[in-house]
Amino acid sequence: MFKILQAQFLAPGIKRFVIEAPRIARRQKPGQFVILRINETGERIPITIESSDPVAGTISIVVQAVGKTTHLLHSLGAEEFIADIVGPLGKPSEIARFGTVVVVGGGVGTAMAYPTAAALKRAGNRVISIIGARNKELVILEKEMREVSDILLVTTDDGSYAERGFVTDKLRDLIQTDTHIDLVLAVGPVVMMRAVAELTKPEGIRTVVSLNPIMIDGTGMCGGCRVLVDGKSQFACVDGPEFDAHRVNFDVLVQRNAMYHDAERRSMEEFIRERTAQEERAHNQAGEPCAVLQGGEQ
Amino acid sequence: MTQPAARSANPMTLKERMKVPRQLMPEQDAALRSTAFTEVNLGYSPELARQEAMRCLECAKATCVQHCPVGVKVKEFVQLIVAGDFAGAAAKVREDNVLPAITGRVCPQEDHCEAGCKLGKTKNVKPLGIGYLERFVADYEQRMGIRHLPKVPPTGKKVAVVGSGPSGLTVAGDLAQRGHKVRVFEALHELGGVLVYGIPEFRLPKQIIREQLDYLRDMGVEFETDVVVGRTVTIDELMGEEGYDAVFIGTGAGSPQFMGIPGEHLNGVYSANEFLTRINLMKAYQFPRYDEPMVDLHGKDVAVIGGGNTALDAIRSALRLGARKAYVVYRRSEAEMPARIEEVHHAQQEGIEFHMLTNPVEFLSDGKGWLAAARCVRMELGEPDASGRRRPVPIAGSEFELPLAVAVIAVGTSANPIVQSTTPGLATDKRGYIQADGATQRTSRKGVFAGGDIVTGSATVILAMGAGRRAATSIHEYLTSGAWEALPA
Repeated sequence: MFKILQAQFLAPGIKRFVIEAPRIARRQKPGQFVILRINETGERIPITIESSDPVAGTISIVVQAVGKTTHLLHSLGAEEFIADIVGPLGKPSEIARFGTVVVVGGGVGTAMAYPTAAALKRAGNRVISIIGARNKELVILEKEMREVSDILLVTTDDGSYAERGFVTDKLRDLIQTDTHIDLVLAVGPVVMMRAVAELTKPEGIRTVVSLNPIMIDGTGMCGGCRVLVDGKSQFACVDGPEFDAHRVNFDVLVQRNAMYHDAERRSMEEFIRERTAQEERAHNQAGEPCAVLQGGEQ
Repeated sequence: MTQPAARSANPMTLKERMKVPRQLMPEQDAALRSTAFTEVNLGYSPELARQEAMRCLECAKATCVQHCPVGVKVKEFVQLIVAGDFAGAAAKVREDNVLPAITGRVCPQEDHCEAGCKLGKTKNVKPLGIGYLERFVADYEQRMGIRHLPKVPPTGKKVAVVGSGPSGLTVAGDLAQRGHKVRVFEALHELGGVLVYGIPEFRLPKQIIREQLDYLRDMGVEFETDVVVGRTVTIDELMGEEGYDAVFIGTGAGSPQFMGIPGEHLNGVYSANEFLTRINLMKAYQFPRYDEPMVDLHGKDVAVIGGGNTALDAIRSALRLGARKAYVVYRRSEAEMPARIEEVHHAQQEGIEFHMLTNPVEFLSDGKGWLAAARCVRMELGEPDASGRRRPVPIAGSEFELPLAVAVIAVGTSANPIVQSTTPGLATDKRGYIQADGATQRTSRKGVFAGGDIVTGSATVILAMGAGRRAATSIHEYLTSGAWEALPA
């Protein structure tokens, strides 16, 4: 059992957890992830580690509520427990002095890009960060990213904050204004990572993406997370999660990630039904409304 | 032929014993079981067990024992059954085998003890049902709540075991019996390794594994789940700051092999490891009560590619999960199938169809990213290959399409590199498996031992346990003497 020490929302539907996990905290490096299972009937899901404190023995993860498991996780708070957390898994990000590095974080991907951006800055790189979200409320870790970046660019899809547009618009601007770029790191939704790869490939800019396929064990045992890289099978859990963006077959990634969409939808519907029933029972007992999903829903 | 020793509790002459047929294992009805995950073999009653035990010839030179990878004293425990001392028989088995309820179910006895049984050397006489008898005494011991706990004083030595599969659990049990403190590290959230994620409930109920684990806990063995050694903690850290005197690595074969044919990334194509893990470990077939999903197999056509025990476990599971057609597609003939004969028979009884001498060359899509069919080619057997088996050769122009919704690839595994790549100085062979001495299981690193599939490549539960047994003996010697001879280069 792993104890949650702190839990707070960074944005609607995005929550950060600080969890007691001394073994993981001691060994975590930027780019690595954990697999967690909330309870005895839970599924195993991979989540990138945002940061860790080896002295305090804690790790921090940032989770967006998407399906049942992540919603259930959002319903947990400090002093509560997660049944299993294993890690740190995957190869750490390659940290070296590349020169100028552009770090692109889309949505909750910003939390995953953050530790690598910080490490790249510490390694003496010039770090240009681009973070984007759908709207103002969903922009996360702006202050943290600013601290580790020489330049921080922010976009929102609807223009409700900073500049209207996509992170790729900013990247395109950088390329078109002849900014010298040695490396691009992109973490976020698959469509965003693919768009970044398509922008940088003709320019010959080395680009790394952190992939998020479906996983079970995370140790290379099941092969469920296989991705096509240069036409060959690679396991994201042990060979990745970071890969050369120009060699990744994004179509296969999108297709495989959609494998359980129907099941995921059904799971979520049943979850909401159960929660609503609980809510009603509580309401009938207490005689006042009780929003179980409060804060967890967008 | 001589008469058995005078002190034998068995009144029958050897001739009489040879006339008694081998007692059949009571089985669940094939039609019923093909829809259920309950165990197929039901176990001997005490009467059946005694009747079977009385067939033992009590050979002076017990070749059955020589054929057992862990050296179970077969003749002695069988005679205790004859005498009606079932608890004594269980204790006798436990002297050499800390997981008797498991081996009694999944060990291929026909390749080991029963292959050495003199009864089976006579025409039309079947060997003694040693596996069934082992299972009987193990289940008896469990039912009666009998424990044989170590009586030796603690040695003060600490041993870390990496992996809670059959080799690791054997090492843990054997060393606990010798008074050493053992802690087992497991990467998954549940203990048992391949016994829980690989072998299905109908062949090895999870409850049996839990009982055997409880037994080990009572012996003083400690367990820690959610630790991937090599990632969460390294071997060097275990032997350094964590103060372990020796480490045993039993991480299993690990990584599934794919065939490298087009279409392997289609949705609906699984490795056997993933397919079985979703079912056995994650209980995906009980979705949505359990959260992990899998493709709904009801009314679907499913094939497994491969001919080993894993392949049969996968396809028999698929059948139980509602598959309309369940095929085994294997590139050689039935004679070369590595699966246990009993499992092949069980699968045939349940209605699994066997496409022998057939090999898929491509998986075809339905146009939406899902598997629709496998394009297969017929094979014929040519000259023997490196394995000594006749090499399958494609027959030109024999290609055909087999409509499928799900294909499970069970063509073997390769070495999982996590421990090797994070342990400096740990020698591996050219395929990436850990090099270990065949007699002592010592690796190139002082105080580090290894055994099971991570040394040999995919094998069986009992061979892994045999390696665990040898490792425990040499770890004990090392902890006692401190002597370490380098591996011959």
